[in-house]
Amino acid sequence: MLPFLVRRLIGAFLVLVAVSFITYLIFVKIPGGDPAPRIAGRLATDQNIADIRQKLHLNDPFYSQYWAMMQSLFTGTLKSYSSQLNVVSEIKRGIPATLSLTIGAGIIWLGFGILVGVISAVTAGGLSDRVITVLALIGISMPVFWLGLIARYLFAESHPFSFFPDGEYVPLTQNPWQWFVHLIMPWTVLAVLSIGFYGRVLRSNILDTINEDYVRTARAKGLPPRRVLVKHVLRNSLIPIVTLFGLDFAAVIGGSAILTETVFNLRGVGQYAADSVQSLDLPPIMGVTIYATFFIVLFSVVVDLLYAWLDPRIRPT
Amino acid sequence: MATESTTDFSLDPAAALAAEEGGAIEGKSPWLLAWRRLRRNYVALGFLLLFVVIVTLCSLAGPYAHHIAKTGPNDNHLGETFVRNGKQIPVVSKGGFIKGQFKAGGIPVGPQLWHAGGKYVFGADTQGRDVAVRLLYGGLNSLKVGIGSGLICTLFALVLALLAGYYGGWVDWVIARFFDLIWAFPVLLLAIALGTALSINGFHHFGISIASGSLWIPTLVISYVLIPYIGRPLRGQILSLREKEFIEAATAQGAGGIRVMFTELLPNIASSVLVFFALIIANNILTEAGLSFLGAGVQPPNPSWGTLIADGQDRIQTAPWLAIIPGIAIVLTVLALNIFGDGLRDALDPRAKVRMEH
Repeated sequence: MLPFLVRRLIGAFLVLVAVSFITYLIFVKIPGGDPAPRIAGRLATDQNIADIRQKLHLNDPFYSQYWAMMQSLFTGTLKSYSSQLNVVSEIKRGIPATLSLTIGAGIIWLGFGILVGVISAVTAGGLSDRVITVLALIGISMPVFWLGLIARYLFAESHPFSFFPDGEYVPLTQNPWQWFVHLIMPWTVLAVLSIGFYGRVLRSNILDTINEDYVRTARAKGLPPRRVLVKHVLRNSLIPIVTLFGLDFAAVIGGSAILTETVFNLRGVGQYAADSVQSLDLPPIMGVTIYATFFIVLFSVVVDLLYAWLDPRIRPT
Repeated sequence: MATESTTDFSLDPAAALAAEEGGAIEGKSPWLLAWRRLRRNYVALGFLLLFVVIVTLCSLAGPYAHHIAKTGPNDNHLGETFVRNGKQIPVVSKGGFIKGQFKAGGIPVGPQLWHAGGKYVFGADTQGRDVAVRLLYGGLNSLKVGIGSGLICTLFALVLALLAGYYGGWVDWVIARFFDLIWAFPVLLLAIALGTALSINGFHHFGISIASGSLWIPTLVISYVLIPYIGRPLRGQILSLREKEFIEAATAQGAGGIRVMFTELLPNIASSVLVFFALIIANNILTEAGLSFLGAGVQPPNPSWGTLIADGQDRIQTAPWLAIIPGIAIVLTVLALNIFGDGLRDALDPRAKVRMEH
């Protein structure tokens, strides 16, 4: 296990170096022209620009520029162009909202996904299976931000059905009940997109597993069908779902969560990046991109280890 | 060597009919069998028709704007009126005291359907622009970006996967690491980063020059970020095909790299490529909508379905049609492609059919 872990960590480290270099290219090289006035912002004086050129080594070769950019990212001195606020502390402020949203939504979509998948597989070919398939397809065909807007319009803003507060995030430590009530809609909207998809993946996994020899053996020796389903079929069908969930959970943080946070005004990390798009403010987008990518790369190492622990067949020796 | 019949790509209904009636074609190509399965899947064909109808409607945006709505996608009609049942109605309400009650102004007129002679069929927006005209022009842009990036993405992924799978060795290593690297980034975040960085000055490197408001920017950004989603599975398929005897036979007959890749490997993965292509367009239309909603995709004043929803989101209470209608257009288009893509996969992959029977 240890050599596997070491190899995986070295690989992850190389990916991180490459990822940060691509980020440097995107934000310093692609826009073209002189990056110093852009980094200094709209209200900069000539002195500010000269300082930035000095600090980021913009007159030096690219490797020195790249190193300076990495330093400013990781020592937390990176500042936004437009608000001049520190990017790292703004990101830290958004983390609780982002994690509350994604973890809650993850629990809902995994739980309901498993439920839907099992029902769908058990009734394969029947009416409920078809309804679930259709709902799954509609689910993956909806833009998450549009669904969020409609949910807000129907359940938070128009009067007969205004059950929920309209957006905003309340910290868990401040008021757990309000935290929960404010997050119900965002959780549901974010989860709806994946429930159907997970249901379908699990359905086909279960239908593949049902034909395995060991399932037939379990049935032949007279085990009750429920026990065969839970102990023999479901247990093995769930392994790919766990990996998929790990990867998707990480992807949602850097994907649909940005749109959901923006629509519900949760002020998470994703919304911080999205808001910066309007003012073409590159440092916050750069900071969020690189931190999210680092998080995802490390998360995928954890998922690999978990997978190896769950399924002894792929465990390296 | 592959004979003519095994490399026949046609999904031509005439050939299928001829085969059914005359029975002249003895060996049935996998494509013919797939077409027969697809032809019986009325749901998939119905949704393909829906997609074709949407594409046709959007490509008629120009004539519709000129002859029916008589306005352009970016023409403001603030302070103007139009005639409905002989009455003059302001396009955007002025507000003030009406019958002794104060009403807030700036509320655009709602969907008129055909009551105003083709004007404001889906209402107006806060600038007094015709929503139906903008919806069609926006759809045209969304479809251009979606289909264009689908084509580019599939093509690049296919060529890279063929090169990686056929040559193996260091070529494969480089291409596989390239896929891994893009895969490591969160899709939407990378697209936002690229879209924003490119919308500042456009792209002017390597002799290629793209202006900052060009539709090419979202198209290329989306193709780039999604390449590994097609490239990785295709590479896997080719790596396993490569070990098969028929490749060895072709090589023994003196077929070169290009020939093996395009006449031996390509026909064997063509069905996957087709399915991926249908599904990736659906995915790309959604990605474009998300990007444009955040302001990192199609740039104003160019409309797209995503920017239309973004424009309407602050007006969801007073003018809900602004955000709801383009969203319905996205859902219908993406759903049509997803259901057709699913049907196509069921038709092309017999294993899927076996699975259905449990």
